[in-house]
Amino acid sequence: MTSLQTPDDVGAAERFSRWADRNRKWLFAGPSIAFTALLLAIPLGWTLYLSFTDAKRSVRRDFDFNGLENYLGVLTDTERFWPSVWRTFAFTAGALTFELILGMIIALLLWKPFRGQGVVRTIVLLPLVATPVAVGMMWRLLFEPNIGFINEMLSWVGIPPQPWLADPSTSLATLTFVDIWQWTPMVALILLAGLTSLSDEPQEAARVDGANGWQRFWYVTVPLMRPVIIAAVLLRGIDALKTFDILYATKGKGGGAFHDVETLNVYAYGLSFDYNEYGVASAVLILFFLIILAVIWVLQMQRKGRES
Amino acid sequence: MKYGSNTVRVLAAASIAAVAAGLAGCSSSPESGAGDGDIEGTTIRVTLANHVWTETIKELIPEFEKETGAKVEISQLAEDQLSDQYNVKLNAGTDEIDVLMYRPLQENKLFASNGYLADMTDMVEGDKKWDWSDFQSGPASLTTYEDEVVGVPIITERTVLYYRKDLLEEAGLEVPTTLEELDAAAAAIHAQHPDVAGYIGRTGKSAAVTQLSAFLYSFGGDWIDDDGKSAIGSDEARSAYKYYGDLIRNHTSATINPEMSWPEAFAVFQQGKAAFIADADSLYKNMTDPTQSTVSDQVGFAPFPQGAAGSKPYNVAAWALAINETSEKKDAAWQFIKWATSAEQTVAMTKLGVTGARTSAWEDGDAIADFPAELVEAIKVNGENGVGHDRPLVFQVSQAREIVGDPIVTAIAGGDVDAAVDSADKAFDAFLAEDSE
Repeated sequence: MTSLQTPDDVGAAERFSRWADRNRKWLFAGPSIAFTALLLAIPLGWTLYLSFTDAKRSVRRDFDFNGLENYLGVLTDTERFWPSVWRTFAFTAGALTFELILGMIIALLLWKPFRGQGVVRTIVLLPLVATPVAVGMMWRLLFEPNIGFINEMLSWVGIPPQPWLADPSTSLATLTFVDIWQWTPMVALILLAGLTSLSDEPQEAARVDGANGWQRFWYVTVPLMRPVIIAAVLLRGIDALKTFDILYATKGKGGGAFHDVETLNVYAYGLSFDYNEYGVASAVLILFFLIILAVIWVLQMQRKGRES
Repeated sequence: MKYGSNTVRVLAAASIAAVAAGLAGCSSSPESGAGDGDIEGTTIRVTLANHVWTETIKELIPEFEKETGAKVEISQLAEDQLSDQYNVKLNAGTDEIDVLMYRPLQENKLFASNGYLADMTDMVEGDKKWDWSDFQSGPASLTTYEDEVVGVPIITERTVLYYRKDLLEEAGLEVPTTLEELDAAAAAIHAQHPDVAGYIGRTGKSAAVTQLSAFLYSFGGDWIDDDGKSAIGSDEARSAYKYYGDLIRNHTSATINPEMSWPEAFAVFQQGKAAFIADADSLYKNMTDPTQSTVSDQVGFAPFPQGAAGSKPYNVAAWALAINETSEKKDAAWQFIKWATSAEQTVAMTKLGVTGARTSAWEDGDAIADFPAELVEAIKVNGENGVGHDRPLVFQVSQAREIVGDPIVTAIAGGDVDAAVDSADKAFDAFLAEDSE
């Protein structure tokens, strides 16, 4: 600015131009931010609205407000809702635990450069590339108790055929395994990125001090990797909570005949598309949304808590 | 480049304007339908289900396109996915679908009361040459809602007993005519061939309901009694559930897949691993087609065996064609339906193995010439004895099927059927009270 101009001297167009200039990052990103916000906010708002009504059979019909009736009904439903909450957490916890452990092992193995590492990394990533529905159908065939290949392989080593997906007591565990098979590579990738960004000095210092491999890992690597681990847990955990594709592709409507793999997402889908109970389904979805928000909040607290 | 320079400003404004215009142009404008009568050049969008009828009509559609100059765009899905599609698209009031193939027993009440289906009464009654009265009365009544005709039935089916001729002969048995004989035959064949299941049937909670109905009616039971209350708690119904569960469980050494619908159950029979299966006769081509079935030359067909109350299979319209209420091409849609369900087309389809709903097609000796003779016999007998519904006829059929199908799953697994029936009976009563609102 070569000369000072008082505010009175500045015309409206010039004022706007300067404002736009200062806030150009918002102006240019504005349309897409607005679009994304609407894309998220409108369905969420509509679902919230529906959850307070008795909408059913068709959204084109008239429906009335029924206040908190849907929520009360859902929260007191010990037959379908609470078991599905329990199953959602059991599935997520089981899958996440093994994905973290196996992912960390794979990341550690791939950490130091070695010959053929490109090929190995590609092979490790393959399960990630397949579409979840195709994965679901493939495993469904593999696990078929009578003609599936898994039982065939077991018979070669003398183990009797297992029911896998056909038995309600083993189906959720089997599907947890399928999830681990598919998503461990992603967790491994995230952890590997974290490992490669670590500097060598703490490791060297620990080695000089006489720490063995395990001590170095547990007392040096893991604490330094904490933010990356939490990021991996956050990313994978939220997706695992919402898993739908492999569950629906293998066990179909209602999570199987005995609802043995019915998690919250599968339950809400059934309410919407099989029972046409849109009010109740919306209530379940809003509660599910709140549960996920709570999980994220807890993880964020974890991340901030120890960083200080 | 300085931000303030004029060139940059003009360029920025121009590019934003161009993008905005492009976005506006991107939104698809709805296709305008052609005028009434002449449908040349119109595209009719038809959604169909995986079925013998669909495979057959796909081969004949080029004739329609040549005749009328219209184009037919087909979208084909399996029945569960189709239902989900309808739920989403029709709920949203889409005009993307003109003709839809739907299940009158499953969806007629729901779709019609939701206003999804166009009123075809004037169309069907107006065309004397096409002749609405030629359609069998049972199926025709299933596609009517509150005195308005909302669909045209295209497939009828009855429960037929498919059986393996060679296995039966080997065991020295006659074709079973009663349910006791069926049980005994299944036991005998399984004893002779341990890797073959004496009987296979649908085991999925919802899927098995329609096939259980034949057993239910033949034992003397029904889904809903005359007062509109649940009838599944009756002694006859309990016997039916137990019989069905025992029949499937007792005569096989393999693990029973608890989610089988007809494709899975048929696959077991097609691979030669089952001796009997009672299911819809409209699906018979899956059994006799050598490219699908390894036992295609050994398949026999028998009328449904008699129970305590006689032989009472179902005789229903399984599929029908309807016009989407929000379609902008109702006239073109009606012309397609008229063609696909005309007497000539139905005869042509019957010749290719489709079990239609027109009386004239069934009486045409030429048309049914290619059907296996045994099957024609079975169809005649089943047709006479048949009951007009194979599931509870309510609005929320999906939910009803899950409720009344629950004891089936328990029976097949060998659990406490009486307890399951008691709780299902109560749940069904509660459901019926709410559904009729």
